[in-house]
Amino acid sequence: MKFSEQWLREWVSPTLETQALADQITMAGLEVDAVEPVASVFEGVVVAEVVDKVTHPDADKLNVCRVDDGSGEDVQVVCGAPNVAVGQKVPFARVGAVLPGDFKIRKAKLRGVESRGMICSASELGLEEETSAGILELPLDAPKGKDFREWMHLDDHMIEVDLTPNRGDCLSLKGMAREVGVLNRLPLTPPEAGEHAPVHDEVFPVHVEAPERCPRYVGRVVKNVDVTATTPLWMVERLRRSGVRSIDPVVDITNYVMLELGQPMHAFDLANLSEGIVVRSAREGETLVLLDGQSVALREDSLIIADGEKPLAIAGVMGGEHSGVSARTRDVFLESAFFTPLAVAGQARSYGLHTDASHRFERGVDPALTRQAVERATTLLLEITGGEPGPLSETASPDHLPVERQVRLRAARIEQCLNLALPGEDVVDILERLGMQVVVDGEGSWLVTVPSWRFDIAIEEDLIEELARIHGYNRLPVRRPAARLGLRADGESRQPMARLRRQMVARGYQEAISYSFVAPDLQALLAPGVDAPQLANPISSDMSVMRASLFPGLVKALMHNLNRQQQRVRLFETGLVFRGQLDALEQLPMLGGLICGVRDPEGWAAHRESVDFFDLKGDLESLIAVGGESSAWRFEPDEHPALHPGQAARIYRHEKPAGWIGALHPAVRAELGLRVDAYLFEVRLDALSEGRLPAFTPLSRYPEVRRDLALVVEEDVPVQALLDTLREKAGEWLTDLRLFDVYQGAGVEKGRKSIALGLTWQHPSRTLNDDEINQLVDGIIAESRLRFEAELRG
Amino acid sequence: MEHLPNLVAEARAAIAAADGVASLDEVRVRYLGKKGEITALLKGLGKLAPEERPQAGERINQAKQQLSSELDARKHALEQEALQARLAAERLDVTLPGRGQTNGGLHPVTRTLERIEGLFTRIGYDVAVGPEIEDDYHNFEALNIPAHHPARGMADTFYFDATRLLRTHTSPVQVRTMKSQEPPIRIVCPGRVYRSDSDLTHTPMFHQVEGLLVDEDVSFADLKGTIEDFLKAFFERDELSVRFRPSYFPFTEPSAEVDIQCVICNGDGCRVCSHSGWLEVMGCGMVHPAVFKHSGIDAERYKGFAFGMGAERLAMLRYGVNDLRLFFENDLRFLRQFA
Repeated sequence: MKFSEQWLREWVSPTLETQALADQITMAGLEVDAVEPVASVFEGVVVAEVVDKVTHPDADKLNVCRVDDGSGEDVQVVCGAPNVAVGQKVPFARVGAVLPGDFKIRKAKLRGVESRGMICSASELGLEEETSAGILELPLDAPKGKDFREWMHLDDHMIEVDLTPNRGDCLSLKGMAREVGVLNRLPLTPPEAGEHAPVHDEVFPVHVEAPERCPRYVGRVVKNVDVTATTPLWMVERLRRSGVRSIDPVVDITNYVMLELGQPMHAFDLANLSEGIVVRSAREGETLVLLDGQSVALREDSLIIADGEKPLAIAGVMGGEHSGVSARTRDVFLESAFFTPLAVAGQARSYGLHTDASHRFERGVDPALTRQAVERATTLLLEITGGEPGPLSETASPDHLPVERQVRLRAARIEQCLNLALPGEDVVDILERLGMQVVVDGEGSWLVTVPSWRFDIAIEEDLIEELARIHGYNRLPVRRPAARLGLRADGESRQPMARLRRQMVARGYQEAISYSFVAPDLQALLAPGVDAPQLANPISSDMSVMRASLFPGLVKALMHNLNRQQQRVRLFETGLVFRGQLDALEQLPMLGGLICGVRDPEGWAAHRESVDFFDLKGDLESLIAVGGESSAWRFEPDEHPALHPGQAARIYRHEKPAGWIGALHPAVRAELGLRVDAYLFEVRLDALSEGRLPAFTPLSRYPEVRRDLALVVEEDVPVQALLDTLREKAGEWLTDLRLFDVYQGAGVEKGRKSIALGLTWQHPSRTLNDDEINQLVDGIIAESRLRFEAELRG
Repeated sequence: MEHLPNLVAEARAAIAAADGVASLDEVRVRYLGKKGEITALLKGLGKLAPEERPQAGERINQAKQQLSSELDARKHALEQEALQARLAAERLDVTLPGRGQTNGGLHPVTRTLERIEGLFTRIGYDVAVGPEIEDDYHNFEALNIPAHHPARGMADTFYFDATRLLRTHTSPVQVRTMKSQEPPIRIVCPGRVYRSDSDLTHTPMFHQVEGLLVDEDVSFADLKGTIEDFLKAFFERDELSVRFRPSYFPFTEPSAEVDIQCVICNGDGCRVCSHSGWLEVMGCGMVHPAVFKHSGIDAERYKGFAFGMGAERLAMLRYGVNDLRLFFENDLRFLRQFA
């Protein structure tokens, strides 16, 4: 809602400067977004009359005019505007005037003819954005010599208020004035209402088929309207200062009434209507060409205004082109209706529209305004276009009009909610100023009748908010909540996400946060074959599918950084991934990481070699170790379409799949245009956050026994399998199993590898003897030979 | 016996000449060892006349002790020299940087969220989270935003189908918590939220923290106290001015927007606060009875307040970030600044 400060002050004028007024409105919950002067800075412009005009001797398109600027002496000025004419009143910039943009007017010669000043157009005065076609013509009664700025009341401000959807009642000067009046305890001085006695008795028939959606419809025929009249400058200016462009006098008047009172109106050309108005639902197959020229297929749930033959308008949204007022219009039919918020809600949007009318009807237009608006529009029509009003016709269904709401308000509840014992007389005073009727209803209780314009007040809390608002939120008491202190168990073995994040940070990773929606082609490359929900209305196609993996976001971040000369990248992210169709959707929290580039940051002691699979695996193992239950985890060679088939593992926790780790597949890399190796993992957060409660085992006082073994096996035997076998056969007193070397080369047969292992045993209550250990070692070797054709390396 | 003085002089010269602990040891062995020359003199005492023995013995012992202590002193000196030489050789340039990984860092949004969670959990709030793909009921209906409510236009929603959507706020978590828990309830709900809006000052995804407190004696005054305390604690400014402006959210009544005195210009007016001196930082209000009703909580017995804020906005103000879009580009040059 945008309006002129001067216009508001005609209704109610508190003794507050502009900014203080704006602040007051803001603090009442009607947030002022902007306060701007209505005209740019200029000076030295006066009202003048064109008294003579001859064509310039040397230029066909220029005129040499003489203007009377009230100084007593006519001034010669050269003017290029096509519309300049003798007898006109015009804004005239005298020599010495300064126009917007610090443009100084000086004496000049144009093609040899002296020009002392300038006749101005609206755009030259900053009153119009676009360049005006000609000079600004002023009404003939404009006083010669009067300062133009003063005469136009240009020392005014446009105040723009960003209204919340509950305050539809403030979408008019009347509504804003009402609020300002309440805040300053001032009465309103509205323009005179006036009722118009019919000059003829022509009534255009109206039939409302849908009274529940249009409980009141008021119409009036005004005959012999002069649509060639021009809209008076004061109205054009008020419209402009409210952000509305002047169209023609009839449309301008309906817009003006809407801005003034809040009632959207429509004017039909009576000649284009047949039989009578019907307010009904649209029918299948009906179309309508709207005022903005677009043709729409009407939805069957839309309420429309039709005549005997055809749709004329979408009720409360927009009128049709055909039935609107045009230059040929003589007789108009004025419509002012009350459409219920539900009848209009969502309609405009379903046609991709948002209009001043729909904006108001969706929020609730005061049903008591319907007649008043027609009378007001009639007054303005008669003033500006002339015409003969007919009788006012009203079609109403009292059963469907909003019922008068009564809300009970208890003093105790006010105190409970606000911590403030507001005196009863203050409660009544505030509510009455807001237009409510208040009657005492028992001890400490009132029955409050809500005025017809307040659609937002339905319950006790709404009234309490009004009290708080008018009393002033910042004058309300402040205290700290009191609570009972209660301890809550928290699982000690569970690792909070913050702990896991910090582990990644300690390992040198930067946390990334990437969008949860990704490009479908990137997802297809990095998480192929996984179903993920698609957005119906994505912001762009590369943000249209929900991520089924953290890989796309991490890879995108990698590429962003590689493109910015960052060669060493270590990133991790936590967040949900989305898998499955909507009806069987999993929203899983995951933690993923990615590394690329050299192992160490560049430095005097740094290793220059690139990271590999085991760097990432080591980082992941350290993350797993946070939970203290590393033994529950396994990495198994497996194939993932985005990962290198020889460098990928599926991760299991307690034999349940928990994630993946691997090198980015070279083919995927090539597809992405990545020239370097990258390694990634992602693991379910629920698995990572499960841990183990430490459980003590007594320390043995007896010596440890250590044996080292080097077993030679085929190179494709996974070490994990060998280790599992060793553990199985090493007996219950094995306390440590360490893999200290993997060797291929001289001394080991080609195609085989030597695995060096250190085994440590310790018995809790006695010294182990050599025979026992030898037996265990023999068993290990025998089993390894059996399962893996392992040989003891000589 | 008569050559004892010569022997001592000779030994002392050898001690002085020894250039290391090893050669010094040789000197000790040569003179004081089992077969050493001084030791030999002691052994030779038996050959002297009995009346000469005590005096001779004493002289030899004196010489032995003297040499022994000179040897010790020399040894100590040599050890010191050796140590000094070693220390000098082992001198490092300690101004060289240390070896190994550098630390990474948390994302500034995470940092902000954790900080907010910390402030509230320390006084007894729990952290609650919920799904990001929500249904119309939890995101709108249960929060008193029925279909076609104009407030639905306040947040442009990403939809999957007629009823499933990306949550536009973390308020659905409040609903889910109220449905599953009995009051008193004190929670903060951090998380990602989504609105289909993308320009200089909007990203289609951002983070919110919402708070909810439901108990028997809770008033708007408690809300004001909580918010004021929070903002002063978050910005670490005891004198921060906070103001409450009436506003509208369908799920609270009364509702308020909260402004703070601009933390960039201290209220003098600057570009960040559009020269108003105030910054809008969060929304809040008393839980609407309709929301309690949807959640099965007795609105006559219990009252509650809720508040919500954008983590990116707070992070921008706290750390002076001037471009919202940087938060989701994951540029390392940006991220490293928050380590």
